This record gives sequence, structure tokens and C-alpha cells, in this order.
Amino acid sequence: MPKVKVDGVEIDVPAGATVLQAAELAGKEIPRFCYHERLSIAGNCRMCLVEVKPGPPKPQASCALPATEGQEIRTDSEMVKKAREGVMEFLLINHPLDCPICDQGGECDLQDQSVAYGRGGSRYHEHKRAVTEKYMGPLIKTTMTRCIHCTRCVRFSEEIAGVDEIGALYRGETMQITTYLEKAAHHEMSANVIDLCPVGALTSRPYAFEARPWELKKTLSIDVSDATGANIRIDARGREVLRALPRNNDDVNEEWLSDKARFQVDGLTRRRLDKPFLRRDGKLVQATWNEAFAALSTLNPGASIAAVAGDMVDCETMFAAKALVGALGSNLLEGRQTGMDYDTSSLAAVNFNTTFNDIETADAILIVGAHVRWEAPTVNVRLRKAVKRGAKVFLIGPEWETTFGGEFLGEDLSLIGNLPGHVADALSGAKRPAVILGGAALGRGGLEAGLALAGQFNLVRTLEDGTAWNGFNVLHMAASRMGGLMLGYAQKGGIADLVAAKPKVLISLGADEVDYTKFADSMIVYIGHHGDKAAHAADVILPASAYTEKAGTYVNTEGRVQFADKAVFAPGDAREDWTILRALADAFGVSVGFDSFDQLRAAMVSAVPALGVEGLADYGAALPAGGGSASGAIAYPIKDFYMTNPIARASATMQRCSAELLHGEEFAEAAE
Amino acid sequence: MADRYIEPDTPELRARWGNFAWTEANAAKAKEIVARYPEGRQRSAVMPLLDLAQRQVGAELNTQGWLPIPVMEYIAAYLDMPIIRVVEVASFYTMYNIAPIGRFHVQVCGTTPCMLRGSDDLLATCKSRGMKKGHISEDGLWSFTEVECMGNCASAPMVQINDDNYEDLTSDRLNAVLDALARGETPKAGTQDPARHTVEPVGEPTNLVAMMSENHDYRSEW
Repeated sequence: MPKVKVDGVEIDVPAGATVLQAAELAGKEIPRFCYHERLSIAGNCRMCLVEVKPGPPKPQASCALPATEGQEIRTDSEMVKKAREGVMEFLLINHPLDCPICDQGGECDLQDQSVAYGRGGSRYHEHKRAVTEKYMGPLIKTTMTRCIHCTRCVRFSEEIAGVDEIGALYRGETMQITTYLEKAAHHEMSANVIDLCPVGALTSRPYAFEARPWELKKTLSIDVSDATGANIRIDARGREVLRALPRNNDDVNEEWLSDKARFQVDGLTRRRLDKPFLRRDGKLVQATWNEAFAALSTLNPGASIAAVAGDMVDCETMFAAKALVGALGSNLLEGRQTGMDYDTSSLAAVNFNTTFNDIETADAILIVGAHVRWEAPTVNVRLRKAVKRGAKVFLIGPEWETTFGGEFLGEDLSLIGNLPGHVADALSGAKRPAVILGGAALGRGGLEAGLALAGQFNLVRTLEDGTAWNGFNVLHMAASRMGGLMLGYAQKGGIADLVAAKPKVLISLGADEVDYTKFADSMIVYIGHHGDKAAHAADVILPASAYTEKAGTYVNTEGRVQFADKAVFAPGDAREDWTILRALADAFGVSVGFDSFDQLRAAMVSAVPALGVEGLADYGAALPAGGGSASGAIAYPIKDFYMTNPIARASATMQRCSAELLHGEEFAEAAE
Repeated sequence: MADRYIEPDTPELRARWGNFAWTEANAAKAKEIVARYPEGRQRSAVMPLLDLAQRQVGAELNTQGWLPIPVMEYIAAYLDMPIIRVVEVASFYTMYNIAPIGRFHVQVCGTTPCMLRGSDDLLATCKSRGMKKGHISEDGLWSFTEVECMGNCASAPMVQINDDNYEDLTSDRLNAVLDALARGETPKAGTQDPARHTVEPVGEPTNLVAMMSENHDYRSEW
């Protein structure tokens, strides 16, 4: 622990820290552009210059200088002030003065730092350089004249995303950042370069010229496009959500966000259900809420009622539906829409036990039936980190382009029980072995066979340093999955049990992936927000709220309980889901025991206490023994990364991504 | 230099260079080059391999050679590295031509020592022979670039043509060199001053004279 003096105050800094980090620890702000905590150190913007003794009598780039014992660091001297002013002046020489028409305006590092550390005016009267636009795909808008060559985007795509496609061509004054042959950036984390860019060179294309940051109402929320529960911030103006940005959470998404989570929000204003509908003579016709409930109150389902939860609903909605169905005397609840029927008696057996944070430290990982890049892009980033630390990765399932290497063993589930020798050796020799089962591996005995591996390789163990290690993981794809399982949304036989029970009324909570032809005799009441697949099959449509329009509790695939706030109001006559279920209880003539959201949440927490505490729910470390054998070819459920949920399917941005990036269509750029 | 650009990737370019592969001799050379680097650092061979590829293209076209996009892709695949990293290197160093080039690439140094010794005349000579920046002469013989210091200041002004330097030039001497090249001859590289072998003083030395015969300490005289 070297001791250094920052502006006369002596502090201890961790070994290996840089001077910049030491100054940060001392509470001194160091301006920077190229330095980023999660990327390698480049040291090329020179904005972080400080005075360091002992050393040469000139300012030093603090981001690339190790802090050593006895250093005296000054961040407030005249030399430092002049150095910052000089660097800023140089950076601004070739930076256009187009802040009024730049989308970064108001949240621009260059703008902020030039106000804080720059000179009052310019002494430069020559021509500025100009750089042609570079096409980087449908998500990233470029204005490369604004680029200050910090190379954060280059380092991100190389180090974090693992898809080397952005580079710096030419040199000196003519240096240009571009993708290879100006092809679209081709991975599911590409838009994070927009956040990384400290200036307005890379901005969001769908959000271009939409709003200024100070006009937006910012609401903390949780992403529902996959089961990782990425922490997001919803930026809304009036009733419209304009963008979703990642929030820092080192345990979940670090500070990244998948392109789908970021850009599906424009789907929130399209294809929305904003009026109740009733099916009359085979056609859906608009109705009022009163007409809808009047029709529903004549149903008298009794105990012949079932509820199926969609992939994006919050725990409160599921609990309210459970209360309603329970009050009528039924317990037919299911959330696994596509017919999965794996055993859920132990939640630890269907949970990502290692946690995202610790999977980085695993040294041997077996992935079965998970297309991690598409099913959980932020987890893929962690796997890449693990491999960089030396982890060996083996995969069972059809080949996909990993960003971390890894060895594909084959496509059949039977491989779980019949691992090649070197794989078994790697797992048994590992200190921190991990197995990840994806959605495609859970059925057909896969979960049990996976659990048998947990026993065979002793995945649950105490590490040398005394901490507990649980290397058994299930990677879900639905944001509602773990919450649903905690609330009992699982039947022994899966959704087939619901079909077999032939319920008179089937409540569908935004469940768009269910095969409703099997429920031909049931009255399907769809409580959801988009006119997607399920709405076509529904007999009654009750318009509800999307994830941005209601407060809710979500449990991610690690069993991490997280709370989201309401950002905007639902459009038209749509209401929050729980109010609809509460009114439905009146229509059916039963009592569900809550009249407000707070009462609902209190009832839910008293039923499942873990849902009231933010953080990892404790499912215990004990895993069922498993056993048996699995067989059958693995097929990943996600065929199109950009089209996995009703919001994304309604989003013009996601449709274009799907067409252009996955199906190779070419789009002419609009003439500007 | 500011006018360097990568030859656009067109179907014609792909058709012409898409099946680029090492000749037998170059394949052996490439293997030998890659073997110079330690295991796991094979990507370091990208610079010599790009040069080799450029020379192979040159031999095929009877020019100095250049690097079409498909050739860079071939190198990237050969070294198992991302193509953008190869393009970065090729576009950074001016010794790699990233657009078609003539038989002789005339690079005239225009930096101060050469300029003081008359490089302006050389530029004028080149211009009068129809050479201009970023342009191949009609007969396909000449490409022209004005460059910065090539490190031959003791025999300024100088011109680099493909792999050889021609020094101590005047307009006439440059014309002689260019004419010889055009005739297919190989003029003597290095100084063109008949009175000089390399960069030794012309005539009697004019400074550090006392050092001629024995070691002399000048310090007391400064």
C-alpha cells in the first residue's frame, strides 16, 4: 500500500493504482477523455495531466503513471492549470463549434470540461479539419469531425465486445475512426460506444435530434428484454419514453446494455393496446372498460380458471393474478409459455447460482444449450472476461460465433452424461468449475443430467479462501422467470397441465409465446400492452402497462430482486396491470385482499418475503441430486435476437436491425 | 500524405484480387518470417508480410506494388487477426501503397536541408515530366509523392525511387536517372555527384580540420 501525498494530503492507495486513481481516492477530480475504468489505459488524450514529484519537471499523464511510495501529486498547481488549458485548446483546434446542433450537447464531456478547465477563448484562426461521415449501422450515428481520437470505442469493441471491427485508420492529422469498410457494427452490445464516446462523434441514431437531456424526466428502472435484469434509466418527455440508458451496477450489467434493451423503447408507442376489446361474432371490437367488465362478470368461471404469465411481467402483476385465481379456488399458474416442464421444486436448481460477478473468476466453464450472446449479452461480456483470465470454456449446442473462443463439443444433450475426457479432466481439475444450462438444455431431462454433473464435479464447494462457491447455473431468457417461479408459476407438467385442465377462463398476462390453439375452448382474457400474437387469439383484451409504465419488482436469473419505478403513464385507456386484476376480482365477485399498490406489495412480501428485499434471494446451496440421461438435439429458442418480445417486434429500430444485421438487407442512407 | 486513401472495395477489385495467394517462393518466405516471432506473437509479422504481399503484387503488375483490400484480408486470414488491425497498419505507414501505383514511385524530399540544397528544382523537374501528386503518369511509369526527411541530409537533395535513393541531385542529374529508369536500365544508386563516393566531404574538409590527422580537443577554443 504505497503512501502518496495528493495536494498536501497524505493517503494510502492500493498497490497497482495509478496516479489518477490516487487523486480520485483523495477526492480530486481529474478531467479525462480517453481513460475509462473498464477499458485498458491508452494515455492519448493528455487531459489528465498532473504535477508529480519526484519526476521530470513537466506535467505527467496521471492515467498511465503508477502511484508509488512517497509521490507528491499536485492537481491544483499553476502548472497543472496551464497544462489542462493547453491540452483543451489543442483538442478544440479541430473540434467543430456545432454544439447547438449536436446531440451530445448538455451531456458532453468535452463541453463540460472545456467550461471547467479550458481557456476562455480560442486563439486559433486557421481552417479546421473535416472528416467524412462513417456508416456504423442503424444504431450509431456518426459525425466524425467531432472525434477527438480517444479510442474508447476501439478499445471497447476489441476488449469488451470481443468483435474487432472499429479501428483508427491513417495517422496524425488525418487519423480517422471507422469500422472496416464502413460496415455496420455487428454485435449486440454495439451501442455502448455511444455512451463511451466523450464527444458527439458517436450518437444514438434513433434518438437523433429528439430531445435535450435537461428536458427529460429520468426514472430508475429495470430492463425486461432478457433475464439479466440490467439496471437502466428511462428518459422520458411527457408521456413518451425517448431512450433507455444503462445504469452502473457492478453486480449485474456493469455499465453496459444490450442494443435490444436500449433501443426497443420506440416500440412502446407502436401497436399499443389502448382500448379494451371484446370478441363478438369472431371479431375483436372496441369496448369500454364497463362493457368489458360487464361481459366478464357473466362468465362465472368458478375454479375453472388459469393464469399464464408472459416473459416481461413484474412480480406484483403475477402475485395479483395468483391472488385472483386463488380466490376463485384454482392454482393453475404457469409462466413457461413454450411448454417447458422442468422440475422447479428446488429454486437453487434453476438459478444462476454463481452470480454474474463471480462467473468472471471461474476457471472452467461448461455451457449447455445457451446462445449466450443472444440470450444474455451482458453475461457474455463476463464470460469473455473469464476467458481472458484463463478460463477454459466448452460448449454443447449448435455453433455460434462466440467472442471468447471456447470449444464446441457437439449438438446433442446426451453429451452431458458423456463428456469427452479432456472436458471432464478440465472440470474436475478446476478450482472454480461452473456449468451453465441455457433454456434449450432444460427440457428432455437436461436439467437433471446437469444436476448430476454438479454432483460429479462437486460444483458446490468451499473455496480455499473459505468462501462458498456454487458452480451450477441456469441462464433464463425471461425477465419474469425467477419471480414467477418464486410465486409458484409452475405446474408439474408445465403448460400441458393447464391445457389438460380445460379452464373456462385463461388469464394471459402478456403471454405472447403461448400456443393458444390448444386453449380453443377457453375464454382467453389477455391483459397486456401490445397487439402481438396473443392479442389475435384473445377473446377479451384488457389494455395494460408496459414495464416503463408501472412500478414493479423483478427477479433476474441470478435470483436478484430489483425494483423498478414508473416512468410514464400508459397510453389511452390502458391501466396498470394490478388495477385491472383488482377490478376483475370484483367482476368475478371475489375478494383478493388489496386495494392499493402498497397493500398488494405488502401482501406479496408477506407471502414471499424474499421479494421485499433488494438483492440476491437465498435459495440455499443444496442442489437436488439429479441423474438420468438426456438426449435430443439442442435448438436455441431465439431465432432472431432483435425480435424476441412484443415491444421489440413493434419497434421500428429493432425491425431495421433485424432486417439489416441479421438478414442482410441493404438500406440506402437518407440523403441529408 | 494527407491525400492517402484506401482504394475502394469494388466488385472489380474483388474479381481481380479475390484469389490472391502467395507464390511458391513467397509462401516459403512468409513462413520463415512468421517463424521469427515467438509463439503467440505471430501477428507481429504483419508488417513484413504486408511488404512481401506488396512486392508480390508489384511483380505481378510490374509496378512498385500496392495493397488491394482483398490482399489485406488474405494477410489477416494468414495471421488469424482482425482485418481492421491490418488495415490500420497499412494505412498508417506510407511505405505501404494503399492505392494503385506506377512502375516507379518517385518520392522527392522537400524538408529543409533538401530544400536549401535545391529540392524545389527537383519538384519542378518532376512536374515538367508530367508527374503530379497522387497520380500515375499515362505510360504507367511514374507516381510522385513529396515526402518529409528521408535521412540523407548530408547528400541533399535526394529522391527515393522504389527501393533506391538517389542523392546529390540537380535537375540534370535527376533527369538522367529518370531517363535511365525509363530505358529499363538500373542507374547507380546513392550519390550522383561524380566527385563523391558516399557522403564524404566534397573537396577538402572545411570543418573539424584539426581532427584530420590526430585527435584534437576543440573544447578550449569554443
